[in-house]
Amino acid sequence: MYPNPSTVEALEDAALLAEVQGRSLWADARTRFFRNKAAVVSLVVLALIALFALFGQFLTQYERDTVDFALMGANAHKGAPSFETGHYFGTDNSGRDLFARVVQGTGISLMVGIVGAMVAVIVGTLYGAVAGYFGGRIDNIMMRIVDVLMSIPFMFVLILMLVIFGRSIFMLFLGIGLISWLDMARIARGQTLTIKNKEFVEVAHATGVHPMKIILRHIVPNLLGIVIVYATLLVPSMIIFESFISFLGLGVQEPNTSLGALISEGAGSMQYGTLWQLIFPLIFFVLTIFSFFFVGDGLRDALDPKDR
Amino acid sequence: MSLLNIEDLRVSFTTADGDVNAVNGVSFAIDAKETLAIVGESGSGKSQTAFAAMGLLAKNGRATGKVMFDGTDLLTLSERQLNKVRSKQVSMIFQDPMTSLNPYIRISEQMAEVLMLHKGMSKSDAIADSARMLDAVRIPDARNRVRSFPHEFSGGMRQRIMIAMALLCQPKLLIADEPTTALDVTVQAQIMQLLGEIRDEFGTAIVLITHDLGVVAGFCDRTLVLYGGQIMEDGPTDTLFADPSHPYTHGLLRAVPRLDRADSELATIAGEPPDMSRLPKGCPFTPRCAMRRDNCAADRPPLVDFAGDRRRSCHIPIKEVV
Amino acid sequence: MSAILSVKDLSVTFDVRPQGAWPWTPPLKLHAVSEMSFDLEAGQCLGVVGESGSGKSTLARAIVGTVPTSGGQVNFEGGDLASMGPAERRVHRRDVQMIFQDPLAALNPRMTVGEIIAEPLVTHEPGVSREERKKRVRELMERVGLLPNLINRYPHEFSGGQCQRIGIARALILKPKLLICDEPVSALDVSVQAQVVNLLMELQRDMGLSMIFIAHDLSVVKHISDQIIVMYLGRQMEMATAETLTTVPEHPYTQALISSVPIPDPVLEKARVRPVLEGELPSPLAPPSGCVFRTRCPKAQNSCAGDRPAMQALGNGHFVACPYHQAEEVLAAS
Repeated sequence: MYPNPSTVEALEDAALLAEVQGRSLWADARTRFFRNKAAVVSLVVLALIALFALFGQFLTQYERDTVDFALMGANAHKGAPSFETGHYFGTDNSGRDLFARVVQGTGISLMVGIVGAMVAVIVGTLYGAVAGYFGGRIDNIMMRIVDVLMSIPFMFVLILMLVIFGRSIFMLFLGIGLISWLDMARIARGQTLTIKNKEFVEVAHATGVHPMKIILRHIVPNLLGIVIVYATLLVPSMIIFESFISFLGLGVQEPNTSLGALISEGAGSMQYGTLWQLIFPLIFFVLTIFSFFFVGDGLRDALDPKDR
Repeated sequence: MSLLNIEDLRVSFTTADGDVNAVNGVSFAIDAKETLAIVGESGSGKSQTAFAAMGLLAKNGRATGKVMFDGTDLLTLSERQLNKVRSKQVSMIFQDPMTSLNPYIRISEQMAEVLMLHKGMSKSDAIADSARMLDAVRIPDARNRVRSFPHEFSGGMRQRIMIAMALLCQPKLLIADEPTTALDVTVQAQIMQLLGEIRDEFGTAIVLITHDLGVVAGFCDRTLVLYGGQIMEDGPTDTLFADPSHPYTHGLLRAVPRLDRADSELATIAGEPPDMSRLPKGCPFTPRCAMRRDNCAADRPPLVDFAGDRRRSCHIPIKEVV
Repeated sequence: MSAILSVKDLSVTFDVRPQGAWPWTPPLKLHAVSEMSFDLEAGQCLGVVGESGSGKSTLARAIVGTVPTSGGQVNFEGGDLASMGPAERRVHRRDVQMIFQDPLAALNPRMTVGEIIAEPLVTHEPGVSREERKKRVRELMERVGLLPNLINRYPHEFSGGQCQRIGIARALILKPKLLICDEPVSALDVSVQAQVVNLLMELQRDMGLSMIFIAHDLSVVKHISDQIIVMYLGRQMEMATAETLTTVPEHPYTQALISSVPIPDPVLEKARVRPVLEGELPSPLAPPSGCVFRTRCPKAQNSCAGDRPAMQALGNGHFVACPYHQAEEVLAAS
């Protein structure tokens, strides 16, 4: 049986009058992202790692800085990972619970990565967008400043800073924040130069929209795609950077720790047969880094479908 | 016997948002030395028809049907065999010449390479031949300019170079995909004149793919009107323009503003070009057609012959010309 | 009748840095527009035709005020644009709106259609309430032939023709007095092009708009315009009513242009004698001395290289910049 034509027309009219919700480019990208299995799995892994860093402490009876004197001196035999002693990941050389320390190390490493990336996104994007949009002399001065900052060997400066002002997490964040936005500023500026020549920016300019509003409303949202991709790839490189500093023994201060510091310790005592001290932090380190890379890849494919 | 015979050509693309059917059963033939225009708007499948025939579809595209050229079906050939046919028998020129010229290699090298590969010429002969060909497409001072890089030429000159390259092996068929769309009118007139001279001089059959009815009127013997990947109408240019039989052709001809006439208002075709992933089952023009009947959306009208040398696909043609 | 827009000796030059130059070498001057003068009567449509590189788009941007002028005056309703303060300039921006060639590129892909159309309103009338704004956007969408329920959609969900309608709606929401259309239909399909041309003509009539219509397609320009200016290499060659210009052009360039335009009529087209223009546009960095067209002109004389020919009035609003002008019927009679 067919519905009679008038009902069909009435239905069509109703459908026409209702406001249709559009599918934004972001929504499109989200669908594409969730079609990418590796990226979704990595996202889940990252979420689990973050949960582990946040709440892992509640799973163990030990504090990260409590020394288990029962194991003193016999670390290589009694300190091995076991459920009986409650040291799921074993203990470190000083007899401290490695599980608790990995929880904290993961947390610090993630934080370093995320803070670095956030500084890069906020400072770098705005800096680059402003330089690119205004162009001319402003652009020249702003970008030369970036060039000068880039030409300073930052590892050296950071090490000096840590030595002079003492090692602290704050100093580490400051140092990482100082360098992370430079690349981002360059990328954002380059993108802004192309977006600025798009007609919709010209329209806004011709209509008399304020330059800062043009940057925030028309340029930054169109930059975000590439910025987000770059930021997700920046997080692991920040983590690696921090690990390197910690590996050199200049990173976070005891009793605090990071994945880099743990790996460094684990690597140092490898020959004594306490391999678990290296393996567990390494697993978390590698998982985090790989997951970020996969998520970054997935985001790039999702946000810039032309590349495929 | 016709030079190129395309039978029931279908092209579809697999995309993330489902299949897109760009060409839906197109059949036509072109004789030696004939000039055929394929006219259509964006999304009519006019370029994809040519790309499929030449084996140049994008990776996610599939072509079915038959493309018979000189007794062989081009769709069944391997990439290597196809390459031979493409340079020796059928050549193609594109809207944007820069996409098919390598910006880092001298024109002489790019042209000589073709000749050395397909005709086994020595390099110096090949370059001399290339210069002669550039001269044939009226590039001033061709002997010296043959050693220039592509970016040293203007848009019109680059299109001439493309035509010269396409003609190097004296193909029997030249497919020109919107060759003048990116050019100014005065340069367009130069290029069209050149193509006309080449057709007379070399006896090359030409398929001109375009959206510009004006260019077609002055140049082509026969015109094929595509819409939604299907042939709407096909016939000799003179009669098709004078007496269009399909509502779409009729509407298209009246929608073009003409320099030689003072119309108070342009006739329009309502609606928008079709969405190729959601074509109606019947005639693709149905949603925009002013003369549609109930059965148009459901039944695809067959392509029928009429008036001797014309074809159309419509249930309610403008006039019954039998 | 008074002119709403009066342009006098307008010039626009751009600085171009030669490749590989030192930072302190003086930049080359690119003369995009040179010494243009014309008046636009209120409620009329002025067409500007020229090939690519003729400076027609730069002319549009100079009038809108997004490109700085380097000489001459742009008088809009009596006030000179160059000497305007920021406040007056804001008013000028309200009254002069523009639509662009690439319909999709002119719309911010991250904003909904409603936000795009409302942006000029938000900028110039921040006091208007949300509901009022939405109401006006919906009314205008209906006026330009878009379904108002699509207000929350994004530009990429529309076809080219619909995007151009969105652009038109945005340009009209402040009820401007002058609308500048820069190649508004050249990116559209023939059938859609006719719709947009008709819409523009209708809106111009109903809203009493003055319009400048820029395009390379003389057929379209002739259809919509009252007056036409022909530009070549940044200079005006000829100015006349649309009818006069297309039937009895006086300037050799106009004649060449008209004879190059194909006409969709096989019988007529094949019968046309077509003197094809040789060569290509000279570089605007080093324009020829004297008449800029002389390097391609079929009627060029030695004296053409001397003084730049001034615009001569032939009466009836017909001006031509060629001392050897001669009326010629280029189009075959139909």
